[in-house]
Amino acid sequence: MQASLRGRAHKYGKNVDTDVIIPGKYCNIIDIAELGKHAMEGLDPEYTTKMNSGDFIVADSNFGCGSSREVAPIAIKGSGTSAVIAKSFARIFYRNALNIGLPIFESPEAVDAIENGDELEIEPAGGVIRNLTKNQTYTAAAFPPFMQSLIDAGGLQPYVERRLAEKA
Amino acid sequence: MPMTLTEKILARHAGLDAVEPGQIINAKVDLVLANELSAAVAIGVMRQIKGADRVFDRDKIALVEDHFVPAKDAQSAKIAKLMKDFAVEQKITHFFDVGRGGIEHVVLPEEGLVAPGELIVGGDSHTCTYGAFGAFATGMGSTDIAAAFVLGEVWLKVPWSIKLVYSGKPGQMVFAKDIMLKTVGTLGIDGATYRAIEYHGSTVDELSITGRITMANMAIEAGAKNGIFHADEKTIAYVKERTDRDFIVEKADPDARYEREIEINIGSLEPQVACPHTPDNVHPISEVTRDEILVDQVFIGSCTNGYIEDLRIVAEILDGKKIDPRLRVIVNPGSQKVWMQAAEEGILGKLAGAGCAVNTPGCGACFGGHMGTLGDGERCISTTNRNYVGRMGSPKAEVYLASPATCAASALTGRITDPRVAAAVTA
Repeated sequence: MQASLRGRAHKYGKNVDTDVIIPGKYCNIIDIAELGKHAMEGLDPEYTTKMNSGDFIVADSNFGCGSSREVAPIAIKGSGTSAVIAKSFARIFYRNALNIGLPIFESPEAVDAIENGDELEIEPAGGVIRNLTKNQTYTAAAFPPFMQSLIDAGGLQPYVERRLAEKA
Repeated sequence: MPMTLTEKILARHAGLDAVEPGQIINAKVDLVLANELSAAVAIGVMRQIKGADRVFDRDKIALVEDHFVPAKDAQSAKIAKLMKDFAVEQKITHFFDVGRGGIEHVVLPEEGLVAPGELIVGGDSHTCTYGAFGAFATGMGSTDIAAAFVLGEVWLKVPWSIKLVYSGKPGQMVFAKDIMLKTVGTLGIDGATYRAIEYHGSTVDELSITGRITMANMAIEAGAKNGIFHADEKTIAYVKERTDRDFIVEKADPDARYEREIEINIGSLEPQVACPHTPDNVHPISEVTRDEILVDQVFIGSCTNGYIEDLRIVAEILDGKKIDPRLRVIVNPGSQKVWMQAAEEGILGKLAGAGCAVNTPGCGACFGGHMGTLGDGERCISTTNRNYVGRMGSPKAEVYLASPATCAASALTGRITDPRVAAAVTA
């Protein structure tokens, strides 16, 4: 059972692309903490200074569109952001986030209601998002069963190890 | 069960008679691609997977140094070396270093590594380019690529397909890039998310292989998982010149189910421009040139438009002329082979003579890496595929996307220019 996540919301618009999540010039960095220092820099250079560890990115539709760079979710995770809530995610970002263990939640209802700075608490297992500032509760879309089984297994790596053993 | 082209390829690679949209499958891959950025992370992931000492097949992995090479700085050199050392350790057959490769998506087809009916995954979002050859090809992140390196298979959700049917003959100075910009503008940047785009119609049947590459390349700009053309005689001739390996040409069933069908007539289409800051902010050139839009840089190249056909168009427009004195023009032939062909045809000399800087092949300028990075307040018109905020450097710069002809015409005047007008003036 994953522990609940708690922090404040930082709100952004739609189509937050990977070029602003982690600008191309930083894509030769591998170190997670170093990448984390530049999270969201192309859109909001103040993000990493104003956020506290545990905070959330809350964004409109198509979050993470553009390139396949896995350093985009890695940078967000490296910044200490605990999860991203969006109306929808771009395909490759969605896979990458789950693969590296960055929690993501799809909830148009939550995105519409949450305001910048609201204090949130999320129970990842049930996808329950509580807005402590507004005293509201929202529900995130459940992951498809296959994705949930990957998450439950601890990500793609244990899945690959199991497949390797099966093939051996 | 009737199937689309994408479904046919996925079913065969999953060892199934049929698949349907939404189904999760395990599919065997014919080729796994990575560049030094995606490989650096993927190799780290692979090292952590227990029991994964070797790649599944050293002949079915392509590693291309192309994003930050020739190394921009010590950190870039470090990741380039990381991939090179891995290629040596794993005895990877298809490893391309600087001077022997170029941009991954230009190199792989040239080397005969892409054929109809194949399934290709790559650690780069523009892996969808290979749909031009009737292959299923999609971009993924590094962890998925690491899994494919060791398993030789990937899990995929079968996408719904969108059928795009093009009709009409392109007018003067209208190219595949204009048709695809119009398409992205029509669909929107999330209009095909989680979907396969299947290109149909007389217009695309007439397109050259390069034209189809340009269009398949930008399927991701509408959010698509893949963009695919049916292989025809042109495709088969191109591929057979480059490889002896057997391949299976698949065809969509006539009664296949599509999520949507969209007809696009390009008979009256003008050259198109994607204005800042999204690739779907597309407008006809006559609308864009109503205002005088001065530019600081023109960029010609990339996996979208870095091919010999593209350079021929640019050279024809710039031959014997000089670029506007207040701007700079940067040209990156897409690969070493394109570079050599352009040299042989005298194109490089013509471009240099007009005042263009001709660089070595690579991705650097397109993604704001190096060799053409924009500063605050600068504006660029570019043959590349993305124009998000900060894409080519400063978040305070602006990028317009257009065809090689529109970019070349703009290079002569220093402002965004209709190539049809430029052609009339210089005729």
